[in-house]
Amino acid sequence: MTINQVQDAIIEDFSVFDDWMEKYNLLIDMGKELPVIDPRFKTKNYLIEGCQSKVWLHPEFNGQKITFSADSDALITRGIVALLIKVLSNRTPDEIISSELYFIDRIGLRQNLSPTRSNGLLSMVRQIKLYAIAFKTMIKQE
Amino acid sequence: MKDISEIRADFPVLRRLVYGKPLIYFDNGATTQKPESVIEAVKEVFTTYNSNIHRGVHALSDKASEEYEKAREKVRSFINASKREEVVFTSGTTGSINSIAFTFGERYIKRGDEIILSHLEHHSNIVPWQLLCERKGAELRIIPINDKGEILFDEYLKLLSRKTKLVAVTQVSNALGTILPVRKIIEAAHSLNIPVLVDGAQGVQHGVVDVTAMDCDFYVFSGHKIYGPTGIGVMYGKEKWLAALPPYQGGGDMVENVTFEKTTYNELPFKFEAGTMNYPAAIGLGCALDYVLSIGRENIEAMEQDLLHYATEKLSRIKGLRIYGSSEKKIPTISFLLDGIHQYDTVMILDKMGIAVRTGTHCAQPVMARYGIEGTVRASLCFYNTKEEIEMLGTGIEKVLSMFS
Repeated sequence: MTINQVQDAIIEDFSVFDDWMEKYNLLIDMGKELPVIDPRFKTKNYLIEGCQSKVWLHPEFNGQKITFSADSDALITRGIVALLIKVLSNRTPDEIISSELYFIDRIGLRQNLSPTRSNGLLSMVRQIKLYAIAFKTMIKQE
Repeated sequence: MKDISEIRADFPVLRRLVYGKPLIYFDNGATTQKPESVIEAVKEVFTTYNSNIHRGVHALSDKASEEYEKAREKVRSFINASKREEVVFTSGTTGSINSIAFTFGERYIKRGDEIILSHLEHHSNIVPWQLLCERKGAELRIIPINDKGEILFDEYLKLLSRKTKLVAVTQVSNALGTILPVRKIIEAAHSLNIPVLVDGAQGVQHGVVDVTAMDCDFYVFSGHKIYGPTGIGVMYGKEKWLAALPPYQGGGDMVENVTFEKTTYNELPFKFEAGTMNYPAAIGLGCALDYVLSIGRENIEAMEQDLLHYATEKLSRIKGLRIYGSSEKKIPTISFLLDGIHQYDTVMILDKMGIAVRTGTHCAQPVMARYGIEGTVRASLCFYNTKEEIEMLGTGIEKVLSMFS
């Protein structure tokens, strides 16, 4: 599936619920299902600044695609991280760099998460894109 | 006396819905809501007599200046300062403390001197002193606390020495709600001729404050935490100190005579009020103090203690809930965590239920570090809150527990 197909699928998943509690329950479930990150990567180096709860994000590049693993100490945040990984993990740097993340607005994440939390979300996206740019530069140099 | 529904009717914000649910506002430690009378008073300034104070010789300026000075008199009387010269308007508690740190610090602090703070301070009563210490080569000494969140008074006595040049303590802990024994702290400091600054940001709105009886040298607070507008605060200082201190900022209105060779300063309190002051907010603050007095400070204290005991009792019964700060003497602030559930997850769900509580370190990271935690959920109540709202908080917390377990 392309990035946009995954985004559309997520929007579909969330559209079933009118009630915010149910949307949060879905996020919490997704958070619980997020595969655990290797404890070696739960260090300051992989901590993302700008989130009120802690988020660790680790990229793995195989020369073609970047795979992300991540974790957070708050479960709702873990759910958000899980969504981002669903959309952006196992993609080429170019795919990530050129992606436009419209699902965040469409499922109401931006409006319904508090501004500080929303900043955290944007910090995560920014960090993912920065990794993609870094790996792309790396390929060019090789 | 007004009953609770009449009191609540005075605060327009309390009528609103959040996500379609009635607002339960438990974030009064961050800022309080404003009664209609305060909102109207500020509106009246702008609609009927707005004009810069202490400058014009015309009807509007006279009126604005008169109302501003009336507000000062209201503050003086409210905190029982002996003279209006001792009441300086500032931008808020932070502004007041910085102003004292600069003026008092520049004049009296030198290398090797010590300033005593408590472990319960808000960052606003830590960082200005740290900056001063860096400038002067002075040092901070910290009064430790016990697990209940109370200062260890004997340890405080041991910290007092000839090197101590100032004690700066909060009247009430914003993070835990502990009421500190400021009277005793001041007595001990004064026995060694050491002046004391009391941070009243979380104290002034919860009971009777009498700076003369307390005998503090400085007392500071913010208007917005006592039902007044934002952007206004008070710096009370004993006249002997304010007269001796240099001005903090230079500008208009704080001067008597200016030439390029030398400037002489205006008399107290104007020496410390440089530039155009936030006179609409000061007038609003005066009005807020009138409101508090109309309810009665003893009444407010009694209502709040009743809420505190009810909420403590209610929340303590919830399995998996741990309260931080269990001093005998507290304001109605309850800091807590739910076992195994991140504080952000908790507040996010409470928010969706219309319950506004605060999360994080509450600008008191040393307090959090003392307990080895990264933050708490803080419900800070005041007299316009109700037991029904506390019930709703209990229900909300049960909901959080069921969602995350």
